[in-house]
Amino acid sequence: MIDILISGLLLSGTYALVAMGLNLQYGVARIMNLANGEVLVLGALAAFWLYTTSQVSPLLTVILVIPVSFTGNWIIYRFLLTPLVKRSKTQGALEVDSILATFGLSFIIIGIIVSIEGGFFAYKYLSEPIRILGSTTSLNRLLAFLVAALIGVALYLWLNFSRPGVAVRAVAVSTEASGLVGINVPRVSAIAFALGGTITAVGGALISTFITLDASMGVVFTLKALIIVIMGGVGEIRGSIIAAGILGVVETGVATLVDPGLTLASAYLIFVLILLFRPQGLFGKHTT
Amino acid sequence: MIRRSVLALASAVILATTSAFAEGVIKLGAISPKTGPLAGGAVVTQWPNIQLWVEQVNAVGGLNVGGEMMTIDLIEYDDKTNPGEHIKLAQRLATQDKVDFVVAPYGTGFNIASAPIYGKFGYPMIAVSAITDKVDELTGRYPNLFFTLGTTTAFVEGVKSILMEQRDAGAIGNEIAMVNVADAFGIELADKARELFTAEGFKIVYDKSYPLGTPDLSPVMKGAKDSGAKAFIAWSYPPDSFGLAEQAIIEDLDVNVYYSAVATSFPAFSNAFGSKINNVLGAGGTNVDDPKIAEYREAHLKITGKVADYWASANTYAALQILEQAIVGAATLDREVVTQYIKDNTFDTVMGDLNFKNNFSNTFWSVGQWQDGVFRGVKGSNVDGAVDVRLKDGWK
Repeated sequence: MIDILISGLLLSGTYALVAMGLNLQYGVARIMNLANGEVLVLGALAAFWLYTTSQVSPLLTVILVIPVSFTGNWIIYRFLLTPLVKRSKTQGALEVDSILATFGLSFIIIGIIVSIEGGFFAYKYLSEPIRILGSTTSLNRLLAFLVAALIGVALYLWLNFSRPGVAVRAVAVSTEASGLVGINVPRVSAIAFALGGTITAVGGALISTFITLDASMGVVFTLKALIIVIMGGVGEIRGSIIAAGILGVVETGVATLVDPGLTLASAYLIFVLILLFRPQGLFGKHTT
Repeated sequence: MIRRSVLALASAVILATTSAFAEGVIKLGAISPKTGPLAGGAVVTQWPNIQLWVEQVNAVGGLNVGGEMMTIDLIEYDDKTNPGEHIKLAQRLATQDKVDFVVAPYGTGFNIASAPIYGKFGYPMIAVSAITDKVDELTGRYPNLFFTLGTTTAFVEGVKSILMEQRDAGAIGNEIAMVNVADAFGIELADKARELFTAEGFKIVYDKSYPLGTPDLSPVMKGAKDSGAKAFIAWSYPPDSFGLAEQAIIEDLDVNVYYSAVATSFPAFSNAFGSKINNVLGAGGTNVDDPKIAEYREAHLKITGKVADYWASANTYAALQILEQAIVGAATLDREVVTQYIKDNTFDTVMGDLNFKNNFSNTFWSVGQWQDGVFRGVKGSNVDGAVDVRLKDGWK
């Protein structure tokens, strides 16, 4: 039982890392970013590449990744996505446009990744056993969990108790209204998008220490992130964290008690149930 | 009307001159994944060997086809690990690029899916990365299709004989923990293993499958550990072969026999885990002490910059050598003649002398083991140099 809880919570940390970035991008900047998983793999590639070519610790890579991915994502938003935001008349139109644009973007990123490393990003870092309350787990998963928790708490505090954070939440609620009260909506959106991409890339660098990735695996993470964001409620960081927690614990529980073959099925079952009974997500507010 | 016939004449002349220029060149088509789920394996096993062989052949001036030296012109496409895409590209290779020969695709499913289209154009297909028990049925239907890497049963038999030997030696009991990836290859192998293992009196005390791409395999490994079995068998794919090994290290899985299937033989596996995976068994194997293999591996590293994997790399290269010797031996680019030549002759390759009986080459490694940084063959069919199996002794 303790095993399930601990392994499950650690898996939740991984899921939270995957989902929090997309939540900011989708919830605030209103970009349904299908290249989210590819950005994650790019972060993983950075960690792998620096570790295998020049023995740079993935922890240091995480710090290096922050400015690079923030700038990169900001540029993507500013030059690739802003024109879409400007020309779209409705939220629906922007969603369709951004899905198409970022879908294309995902192929470009895959191309870049393949040109650097077409095979598996196989390396291990902090792959050491550690015992927590009598349950064995690995140090790298624990580290990813702690960073996820740190990012989650920091984001929550920033969004709820700081002035720029409130602006971000205001944009998440309504772009028109927040524009009327003097918030620089394009700027806040760009920051939210860049921050989201940064969290995703950091997550990728951390995840690569315990999951062997390759260029093709982005889509797997995009799908997981989507499920978690929609389960938790779009634009709700708390929701994403709770949803990641539920998914992680349930998947581990099912794998241990029932059958590992049913983990995916159980994840999608919860997703369907939440969509049926709380379509706005666990913490989402009714849009009408 | 006149204008049109002039145009037609002009284009005919252009065509004639270009094909005159094209003489002395053998067009070789290769379609395999460079992106998508199978790309990680194809960039290790498939693509580097094609590059190596083409560069080597062209470096000596090409192939001697009936007295004329012809160089290889390689046309390569990425099928994105999508069978539909592969078929489209195969059509393009045959009708637009008009290639003379093709390299068989990467992956069992892709070889089977594309056999009709390559067969329609008469290309001999020397499949390597394709393992199935339906060899007879498939080669009966597609007489141009050849298999070189063994059958599902042969792979399970290899593992079974190790288990029986170790049971007789007292290293393991009757109990086995077995897991498989819930995908075609994993399911087929696990089904076969269930049948063959239980027939020998083994009890599979932990028998579970997990979905492809499972992010956390710790529940699987904890379950296998709790079963207390001294033998762990995983019919796994690349990402999970890595994931299972990592969890085995974390859980300090106490077994004497540890086997994981695909990608265990990749140099990346050893690079990632170092000495911790010493004595891990896996699908494949090679005999690095064979001078031909040693020479091949050296050339592979020099020309492609990558260490060859310890399994299908050598077979992939051998398949290209067979094609090379068949073209030279048949002294023609006529595909029908070359195909017949492949069926009728024995070929001198890095895998030794290979020949086909009912389109099946019965020379391959089935199980190998990491022994002090080298993945050596321990079980195989008609191969020399198998070493003794060692027991897994901790994960240090």
